[in-house]
Amino acid sequence: MANGVVQAAGLSVPRRRRSGRRLARHKSTIAFLMALPLIALIAALVIYPALYSLHLATLNKSMERFVGLGNFAFLFKRELFWMVIKQTVIFALSAVIFKALIGFVVAHFVHNIPAKGQRKWRGMLLVPWVIPPAMSTLAWFWLFDPSYSAFNWVLTRVGLDAVPWLGEPLWARFSVILVNVWYGAPFFLIMYLAALKSVPEQLYEAAAIDGANWWQKIWYITLPMMRNIIAITVLFSLIVTFANFDIVRILTNGGPIDQTHVFATWAFQLGIEGGDLPLGACVSLFMFPILGVAAYFILRDINRRGTEA
Amino acid sequence: MAQVTLRNLVKDYDQTPAVRGIDLDIADKEFVVLVGPSGCGKTTTLRMIAGLEDITGGEILIGGDVVNDVPPKDRDIAMVFQNYALYPHMTVHENMSFGLRLKKLPKDEIRRRVAAVAGILGIGELLDRKPKQLSGGQRQRVAMGRAIVRNPKVFLFDEPLSNLDAKLRVHMRTEIKKVHQKVRTTTVYVTHDQVEAMTLADRVVVMNAGRIEQAGAPNDLYHSPATLFVAGFIGSPAMNITGCALEETAGALRVRLDGQVSFPVPAERTARYRAYAGQRGLLFGLRPEHLTEMRPHSVANQCPVEVTPEVTEPMGMETLVFFSVNGTEMCARTNPAANTQPGVRTQLLADLNHMHLIDEASGRVL
Repeated sequence: MANGVVQAAGLSVPRRRRSGRRLARHKSTIAFLMALPLIALIAALVIYPALYSLHLATLNKSMERFVGLGNFAFLFKRELFWMVIKQTVIFALSAVIFKALIGFVVAHFVHNIPAKGQRKWRGMLLVPWVIPPAMSTLAWFWLFDPSYSAFNWVLTRVGLDAVPWLGEPLWARFSVILVNVWYGAPFFLIMYLAALKSVPEQLYEAAAIDGANWWQKIWYITLPMMRNIIAITVLFSLIVTFANFDIVRILTNGGPIDQTHVFATWAFQLGIEGGDLPLGACVSLFMFPILGVAAYFILRDINRRGTEA
Repeated sequence: MAQVTLRNLVKDYDQTPAVRGIDLDIADKEFVVLVGPSGCGKTTTLRMIAGLEDITGGEILIGGDVVNDVPPKDRDIAMVFQNYALYPHMTVHENMSFGLRLKKLPKDEIRRRVAAVAGILGIGELLDRKPKQLSGGQRQRVAMGRAIVRNPKVFLFDEPLSNLDAKLRVHMRTEIKKVHQKVRTTTVYVTHDQVEAMTLADRVVVMNAGRIEQAGAPNDLYHSPATLFVAGFIGSPAMNITGCALEETAGALRVRLDGQVSFPVPAERTARYRAYAGQRGLLFGLRPEHLTEMRPHSVANQCPVEVTPEVTEPMGMETLVFFSVNGTEMCARTNPAANTQPGVRTQLLADLNHMHLIDEASGRVL
């Protein structure tokens, strides 16, 4: 009888394994089929347009002739192209730096509000981020109006000169960045707040006993503990800000004299409004290598820290 | 010199009192353990000494100076937390040297001090690791190392062993004692584990409901508890405590537990207890080790008691025998050789030299 049991067990094990393997194969097939609609959607909405824009960038203006890298060569020779690169980099970097700084500082304040009142503040501070940017930017547009706006009214009331918010290149750049910071800082705030909450209170207590003042606690405890979150939020925000379209488009439309154009608005102007789709595609493609390099450096750091722990 | 003195220390959380007036003098180099059930205020007291909690009332003195309003960093104390609170992004060496680096000590000295302490704790090879790569016991050592390396006036331990498994806990307990013998520093140690308290302390402070019930050497607390709470809290298995009546007949006193069981009070205690004869609300206490199997040569004041064991628990070196008297479960520690069986009526020996008489209303041991 014992023999029979062994035999039966010996038989049943490979059988179960075989059927298990078939099941696994089966399972992965099902999983693939279930993911297929999403894969198709991504292919249709992301991969196809990306490849198509690569193709577009190699055509002439009327899209009839293959010109190879001719569009790129043309762009490199135009001064405006280099100015747009410079403006986009200034716009994205300064906006992200200020968003990160403001988000960090405000997250600390909110973190220190007693739990009862915190929800209220968190909700209110998130408002800029949840309003559709096209709408809020319109509101800013009115605020920046040179003759009838609230800002200039206040300035003239206190005896200062009215500011040409959107009329002068420097002020226009400032205004565009300001609105972007206003819109994007709550994202940093909420991410940093979550990161702050995940730092155990006892680490601060241990640091306090070890002799750290508040600045040393931030420098030696908070920042290192938040490094990954900071890196990821900065990268994410950098991508979104780099590709910003709506704020610049509504506020200045690239003006005055193209001094606030960023990649997306300029590509739109060239491709859609100017009717040169290949050149527009060509401009928009430039965002890809620049962001790729940034992503590489930021994510490399995260990976390194991930594996050393 | 680093005595710690607490004077009428009070702490309220939004009107809810956590600590209700504590007076305690801790001598230089003394190892004091605060022990009590959860919520008794022991951790709050420790955190007030550390400066992590504000004081509602009273005074704290460290080394003779009032430190009520001194921030933790200026109190020259070191603390070991329950979950160690090691900085996860720093190596063991960086963790241990953090306080010294903040003080801007020369690098050579920091390295020398860390190496010396790592030697004492046996963590020399771990200095380049991150806390994640350490076992629970190793983290515990690093946390202690971080405290020791600063050479503070006072060590504070907040239930440092409660996250370890039972075996490691016993081991680390011995380690802590060894370390304290090497590095003689005033130590305040909080635990809810009375065995830890007894084994580690020069002096145990039993706390309950925000007050000190009793403070004393471990053996004093064990043999002469001052209150009902201490009698029940210290000792495992706990002291047998049951209602009793004190009867006086012809100048001799007897404690009666119920209709069948009564014991003569030892003659030398008669004078002490006489005033309570006939009083209601008295409790009789006797530790399990003073209830044993019958022995051939009984000493004075040992008397037999006949019981029916309900459960027996063989522990190897002894067998715990449980039975009921007067509706209360009682425990006796017997020699396994006596082979006591549940349900079989048997005679045990009660050693009344160690009995306690407690006034239930005031909780005082008489």
